Amino acid sequence: MRKIRRIHVLVATLAAALCVPASGVSSAQTSPGTLTKMGKLEGALNLIAWEGYTYKQWVQPFTKKTGCKVRAKFGGSSDEMVTLMRTGQYDAVSASGDASLRLILGKDVRSIDPKLVPDFKNFIPALKSPSHNTVKGVHYGISLQWGPNTLMYNTKKVKPKPTSWGLLYSSKYKGKITVPDNPIQIADAALYLSKSKPDLGIKDPYELTEAQFKAAVDLLKKQRPLVKKYWASAGDEIDLFKNGGAWIGASWPYQTNTLQADKAPVKDLIPKEGATGWADTWMISSKAKHPNCAVAWIKWVSTPKVQAQQAIYFGETPANTKACRIMDQLSKGSCAQYHANASAKYFNSIKFWKTPVKDCGNGQSNCVDYARWQQAWTDIKS
Amino acid sequence: MAVRAYEEAGRPWSGSVRRRLSAAFWRRPWLRAVALLLPPLAWMVVFYLAALAVLFVSAFWSVDSFTGKLTHAWTWSNFDTIIHDSTYHQIAFRTIWMAAAVTVTDAIIAFPFAYYMARVATPRLRTVLFVLVLLPLWSSYLARIYAWRLILNDEGVLNWSLDKLGLPHQNWAFTNTAMWIVFSYIWLPFMILPIYASLERIPDSLLEASRDLGGKSWATFRRVILPLALPGIVAGSIFTFSLTLGDYITPSLVGNVDFIGNVIYRNVLGLTNNLPFAAAYATVPLVVMAVYLALAKRTGAFEAL
Repeated sequence: MRKIRRIHVLVATLAAALCVPASGVSSAQTSPGTLTKMGKLEGALNLIAWEGYTYKQWVQPFTKKTGCKVRAKFGGSSDEMVTLMRTGQYDAVSASGDASLRLILGKDVRSIDPKLVPDFKNFIPALKSPSHNTVKGVHYGISLQWGPNTLMYNTKKVKPKPTSWGLLYSSKYKGKITVPDNPIQIADAALYLSKSKPDLGIKDPYELTEAQFKAAVDLLKKQRPLVKKYWASAGDEIDLFKNGGAWIGASWPYQTNTLQADKAPVKDLIPKEGATGWADTWMISSKAKHPNCAVAWIKWVSTPKVQAQQAIYFGETPANTKACRIMDQLSKGSCAQYHANASAKYFNSIKFWKTPVKDCGNGQSNCVDYARWQQAWTDIKS
Repeated sequence: MAVRAYEEAGRPWSGSVRRRLSAAFWRRPWLRAVALLLPPLAWMVVFYLAALAVLFVSAFWSVDSFTGKLTHAWTWSNFDTIIHDSTYHQIAFRTIWMAAAVTVTDAIIAFPFAYYMARVATPRLRTVLFVLVLLPLWSSYLARIYAWRLILNDEGVLNWSLDKLGLPHQNWAFTNTAMWIVFSYIWLPFMILPIYASLERIPDSLLEASRDLGGKSWATFRRVILPLALPGIVAGSIFTFSLTLGDYITPSLVGNVDFIGNVIYRNVLGLTNNLPFAAAYATVPLVVMAVYLALAKRTGAFEAL
């Protein structure tokens, strides 16, 4: 008698347990139309941003002016940002080129009329309708800033001054190297190989054939024992350089700025092979609960003053050409330092992050797609 | 109480609703049991078993690699990858190996400590020791891990101290050794307490009997104390083993390799948002723990918890 009862209870419990997930499985998505005008401000704004993109220096005046209370979550990588955006809990994201297309194709972001942003007309031509945020003439976001991934080093320990990314793959600084924990790092290896092994024929570090991809992955596997730590966030790398854990590593200008402000002996540079980089776009979620505040935010961060403040704080280049003059007012020589007045040639020398896809862009479709990049990265790290 | 309920049950029409309810409960014990158990049972079903059920069901789904949308079609492919891809073997074995190493280390450190606490220390000293064991648990787990980062860093407290003593530098920062040290430190209280509980329960008369029968201290320890303390050690090992098995913060902060938890974390947040794969991989520690618990049950560890 007792046994039967126990089984009954078990069956009933399991059935009940299975009913709960079943009731949660259903999702219908309707994509709202293009944002063409601004309505009433909602008083709140939830952002996903790169660390350093929502500094109080320009967030506080924004909240004061619009009443939109900003809550920001830092994304550690483009992958994380895409994932967070897909939860539908955020209004906007500062997506880099390797996230923006995925968000557009996944219908996670809403198109926007650039006329809503008065400063759009002052943007450098290359960032008005770049292919990473504009599809078939439809804008899915407004460009923000751009910059290179740099080689950062400890000036006391690394001598002579580095000139090549090759130092990250040589045993000279074994155990003192740090690189980002990010599959897009394969592109950095490919960029280095495109110069050091020209016979591989790598033209674009994001469009790799099987053989080229394998060469890059092999290089990173050889790098594995040299790496002290794969850094997961900007703060992680800052900590490593501060405590002597790392002497040389792949970095963003933000880390260098923060460390230098802290009087740490570090410098950064773009090695002779060139650099990968990012071009970021503010994009509004298709499920945004505060779309008007999001538009107000995009308008705000596009203004010359905020563009200049952010450029200097993070160490990147503003999209708005009017920012140069203000940058020099805020910090003498910063306009030239961060290339805000550089020619289109400099812009074109940076290999901007984009999502690797099967289509190589030259009519062939034998390239390795991003899912494989991610698998390879787990494999490299193990 | 029971008498009053009995009286009221004898006059069913005279009481208020509340009284009638209590009468009904008194007459039907099963109703009482249901009312008592329903809230915790509902909690178990909804938040615990349902979550596990979702985990198992979604492990058989897949994700569209570009749009990241879930595909609700049954597939073995996630388990196929886990079983056949050597990367995931390596990560799983590394995690299990570390969990075992930490468990053994903690048992070795905790036993003499717990023995001293339970059988040697004066009551006053015992209280002090108890506070010392429990004190770290009051501070944030993250703060303690960051503290260890500072200690183990190349220019950290440890190397500084070694320097002063004229000893050679260590290079443990961000290695498996660092992880082993930090894990062993963090989970130590969870091993000390169950061992203490089991040692304290051993009656003095047993030890006296052993001595009366000619048992030397070593024989008494090996044949009386250790067997009686074993359930406590196993109970503690359940904590240290499972806590290490499921952790992903320590490996990412003080280590430089992936654990099972890191792979799950990156598949949930980051990478492809491949929840089905994360669910499939999460079954690995579940299976390991199920086996471990089954073995632990045989030693009577659950009575020592």
